[in-house]
Order: sequence, then C-alpha cells, then structure tokens
Amino acid sequence: MDEEKILTESTSEESAPAQESPEGAPGGKKKFSERLKKAGRWLGHSQLKAWLYLLPALVILAIFTVYPIINTVRISMLEDYSFLKEKGGTEFLVNFNNFTNVVHYRGFLTCMGNTMLLTVITVPVSTMLALLIAVGLNSIKWLKKVFQTIFFLPYVTNAIAIGMVFKAMFEIIGPVNSPSSVGIINTIVEAFGGSAVNWVNEGSSYWANMAVLIFFIVWNALPFKILVLLGGLQNVNKQYYDAAKVDGTSRFRIFWRITVPLLSPMIAYVVITGFIGGFKEYTSIIGIFDESLMGPPGSIGKPLNTMVGYIYGTINNNQGRASAAALILFAVIFVVTMINLYVSKKRVHY
Amino acid sequence: MEQLQSEIKESAPELPENAAPAPQGEGGEVDVEKASKKQKIKKTFVYIGLYAFLTIVAIVVLFPFYWMLISSVKTVAEYELRVPTFWPKTFKWDNFALAFTGNLHLGRLFLNTVIVGVVSTILSLIVTVLSAYAFARLEFKGKNILFAALLATMMIPGELFTVTNYVTVNEFNWVGSDFGEWLALILPFLVSVFYIYLLRQNFMQIPNELYLAAKVDGTSDIKYLWRVMIPLASPTLISITILKMMGAWNSYIWPNLVARDLAHRLVTVGLRGEAFYDEILQKTNMPAQMAAVVLVTIPLLIVFLCFRKYIVRGVSRSGIKG
Repeated sequence: MDEEKILTESTSEESAPAQESPEGAPGGKKKFSERLKKAGRWLGHSQLKAWLYLLPALVILAIFTVYPIINTVRISMLEDYSFLKEKGGTEFLVNFNNFTNVVHYRGFLTCMGNTMLLTVITVPVSTMLALLIAVGLNSIKWLKKVFQTIFFLPYVTNAIAIGMVFKAMFEIIGPVNSPSSVGIINTIVEAFGGSAVNWVNEGSSYWANMAVLIFFIVWNALPFKILVLLGGLQNVNKQYYDAAKVDGTSRFRIFWRITVPLLSPMIAYVVITGFIGGFKEYTSIIGIFDESLMGPPGSIGKPLNTMVGYIYGTINNNQGRASAAALILFAVIFVVTMINLYVSKKRVHY
Repeated sequence: MEQLQSEIKESAPELPENAAPAPQGEGGEVDVEKASKKQKIKKTFVYIGLYAFLTIVAIVVLFPFYWMLISSVKTVAEYELRVPTFWPKTFKWDNFALAFTGNLHLGRLFLNTVIVGVVSTILSLIVTVLSAYAFARLEFKGKNILFAALLATMMIPGELFTVTNYVTVNEFNWVGSDFGEWLALILPFLVSVFYIYLLRQNFMQIPNELYLAAKVDGTSDIKYLWRVMIPLASPTLISITILKMMGAWNSYIWPNLVARDLAHRLVTVGLRGEAFYDEILQKTNMPAQMAAVVLVTIPLLIVFLCFRKYIVRGVSRSGIKG
C-alpha cells in the first residue's frame, strides 16, 4: 500500500518538471527514445559512480577490517610482538612460538574448559527453556503481548550493568564469617528450607561461581531465542495442528512430532548462534567478577577465565600472543560451526 | 507481522475463552455434552498450568530489575539488614545525585556516550546507505565477488579485529591524544557489513522499473535514492539507528582499551570501575552503585518500550547485540 503511494507520488513529481523543459518537442515518441538513450548513457557511467558510492565504506573496511585480517596473521608469527617494542626498534623473530606458547600456557586449558563448559550447559538449557516459553506464548491470547514484552527486556540491557545487579543479589554482605546479611538470593534459598551458599564472595567454590554464571547467561540469552522461535511458530501452517487434533493426538506428541520438526531450522539457527556467542563469553563474567582476577575476590590464576578473556588479558603487552589466541579462537568457532551445520543438515527438515 | 499475529490468534487451536464455562449444546446428545465438558475442564487446567509457568518465568526475568530499583533508593544501613526488605523503609534519593556528583561523573559519561553514539550512527547511516545502494542498484565489474568477500568477513570473530585494530590505532598515535581518541572510539567499528547486507536486501525488494522510470525522467541517482529508496527503506534505517545507539551505550571492551580517561570514558566503562568505593567505610557503597546502574539501564528500557517494533525487527534478523 505504502509502496504504491510513494511510487505514484514520486513518478508524478519527477515527470512534472521534465514535461516543462524546452526540449519537449511536439513529437512525444521521438523525445521518449532520446530519453532512453540518455538513460542508457547514464547507466554506462555507473561503473565509476558505483565505486564512488562505495568509496567511504571501502576505505574504512580496508583499514579496519581487511588489513587487520592480514596483520593478525603477520603479528601472530612475530614472537612476543608488541607495538611498544616495535616503536622502540625491537626486531621480532618470525616463528610459530606465539601459538605454542598460547597452547602450553597453563591457564589456557582452564580458559578452554570454562568456555566449553559454559557453552555446553547454557546453549541446550536456554534453547529448551526458550522453546517451552515460545510454545506457551503461541497458544495463549490473553496477556500475550505483556508476556512477550517482559521476556524481551533482558535483551535491551547492558550486560555489565545487569551483571552488577546479579552480583548484588547473590553477594553475602559484610565479612563472610560474620555476615550482616546473606543477600537476597540466599534469603530466598533459606525461605525454601535450604542453607545459605557462598556464591560469589571470597572463598566461594568454582561450581557456585559457575552456577551464578550459568543462571545469568541463560537469563540473558532467552530473549533472542524466544523471539526467533516464536517467529517460527507463527509461520507454521496450522493445518498440521488441525489434522493432529482430528486424530486426537496428545499434546506431548504434537510437540515432539509436529512442533519440533517444523521448527528445526529455527532451532538450528539459535543453537548455532548460541554456540558462537558461547565461545565468545566474556562480558557476563566481568559483569559479576573482577576483570583482573576473572574469579571471586582473592582468587589466583583467573579460575573463571575464558578464551576471549585470555585474549584481552594479553592484549596490552603482547599483541603477538593475543593475535595467535584470536586465530585459535576463530579456528575453534569455525570447526564447531561446521559440526553444527553438519549435524543440522542431517536432522533439520526444510 | 501484525496481520500475521492476529491471524494466528484467530486460528489458535484453543483460546481461553473457549475454556470458560461450557455453552449449552445445540441440541446435541447428552453423552457428547458430557465429554466436551470433561475436555473443557481439562483445557482449563492446561491453561492454568501454562499461565503459572509463564508467570514464574516472568517473575524470574523481572526480579533483577525490581531488586535494582529498590536497592537504588535504600540507605546503606537498610541495604545491609539481615533480612532484606522488599520495599524500602526510607527513600534515599540522594543516591541518584551521588552518581552525578561523585567519582563516577555520570553527566560527563552520558555526554561522551551520546557524542560517540550520535556521530557514529549518522556516519554509519550515510556510509551504509551509499554502499547498499551501489550493491543493490548500480552495475559495476566485480560486484558479486566484492559483495561475497565482504560477507565472508562476517564469519571472523570480532575479537580478532579488536586485537589488530588496537595495534593500528596505537600506530596512528590516536590513543593518548584528544581528537585521536574520539576517532578511535568512532571509526574502527563504524561500518557493519551486516547492516549493508540488510539494507541491500531491502533495496532489492523495491521494483527495478521504478528506477528505470526515474532514469527515463532524468532523475539523478542521489535524488532517486533520497526521494524513493530511503523513504521506502525507513523501517530498516530506524532499526539500524536504534541498534547502533544501543551498541554505543553498551560497548565496553573496545572503549575500555582505547579511551579510559574521563574526557573520553563511556558509560559502561565508568560503571564497571571503582567509582563507588567508599574510603571511609572501606567498602563499595552498593545503593549508590545500584542508583548509577538504574540511570544507565532506564534509558534503554524507555527506548525499547517506544521503538519495540523496530528493535524486534532488527534483532530477529541479526542475532547481533548492538
């Protein structure tokens, strides 16, 4: 509707001045062919014009996107490269030591393990939960818009700011031995008959930290997944459901035999983007924990560090190693995405 | 979208209204009536369960926001009570003032963030529109190869660019100089290949006949772009604008690397710092910190509630935050 309106508007507007032009000889047909020729010449010019239109984007992309790809490979092969040392005139050895140093670094296994663990737990949990919520939302009418709006809210927040709120919720206030308050989450836990847990304070256990992180990441990941899955559900042909209803199929069976297969492209999409996001997990950790410790207060050796955390930990002093780590991250994400695509090719019904 | 939703609502297999007290059968047999009554009771239970589930999830989603809000107006003493209060006894509005007057300098951070957000949004819109137009409407050699090459760069994780761009901006001596730090904040991640792609797809949907007709009338490309393409693609452009602004508001990693001084510090970087450490109490003033978090979070929520449609459109296609 809108398109048509603008279409007619614009054509009438543009043609009005052309008709008034003095060139307008009485022979309307001749004029038209002349104009066509002119248009053709215009299109011929478009070679140069196109590059002119592309120029700003290409200049910026060349400096900050294309060159970095080449430069990353270059400096990843310069041992312990740093731009400060380069400015000081240091010559760097060309070898693959940055890569072996990253892999041999004792903390690297921790980073890799944490990243894998967070991804492998949060992606399935958030996908399942999002699927249930989306199916629920799709079968109600009353308050649907309200629920949809509420469930999307975590998306429009600042991961660091809300991470600080989560920390405040889980934190024990005051000294751990004689706290003035165990915090709101622990108060709720106690109300349900549990006992207070040291989630994020000094001396807290690895699994307590992980539980908080997983909760936060799932909370944060739900909106996007709900949005995509609900969008998919709304496009499902309702005839399948009508047929199932006539046959008296149970809800559970409808869910597994109709909804999940028909939604499988969307599910594959959120799982793949979830894996990619999971392997880049970093800001949710520094929202809750200290950036320099990557763990609860007083921890040594960055117990909660991730692969991206490793990259940013070395970026200030040793860009050679940071580049090598970034390339390794790229390779890992690439392989995982390929596996995901392979699996989904077998499982997804298009 | 809207239309589709309402269509689905109409066709939804079971609606709560249907679950309400059974209407008298239209002269049907008693058995059938009984069976349908049973079914309706079952349906009602299913709906109660469904709403209970959604309500619990909604509470879990909303609770951090609620806790942030009430913590932000508590006094330090009340915040540390053994049993946390669910509604503040006294409202300490001073916490909000402290965000502006204290070490955080929130006013300055807001100003910096708005400058970076507005400038980078305007520049990126211009650059994106021009290149998307070239890819959608103009003919030139190597168009498809160039476009495919640009799309291929989307596979590479941003961390890789962060590392070398950090080297690059330092080699340009941008870090440490006043104007340079603004450039470093705005330029490196200005052009998003994804937005070019999104807008190009949108432009391609506009019929080519329209372009040829305009050409026949002797309209220049710029005029055509301005008068026809941009109005038709405005929903996408609004989506890009909002997501870009949100990106500036939420960015942490890059600004934290290149611009840590107060004159260029952005909101999130300042928030994560130690601005609320109270020297006298020897601990962080949590209510004041929560007040600052509220001030950073609320503008985003307001923008979301006003431009919900555009944000949802952009997000569902990208999966990229900011």
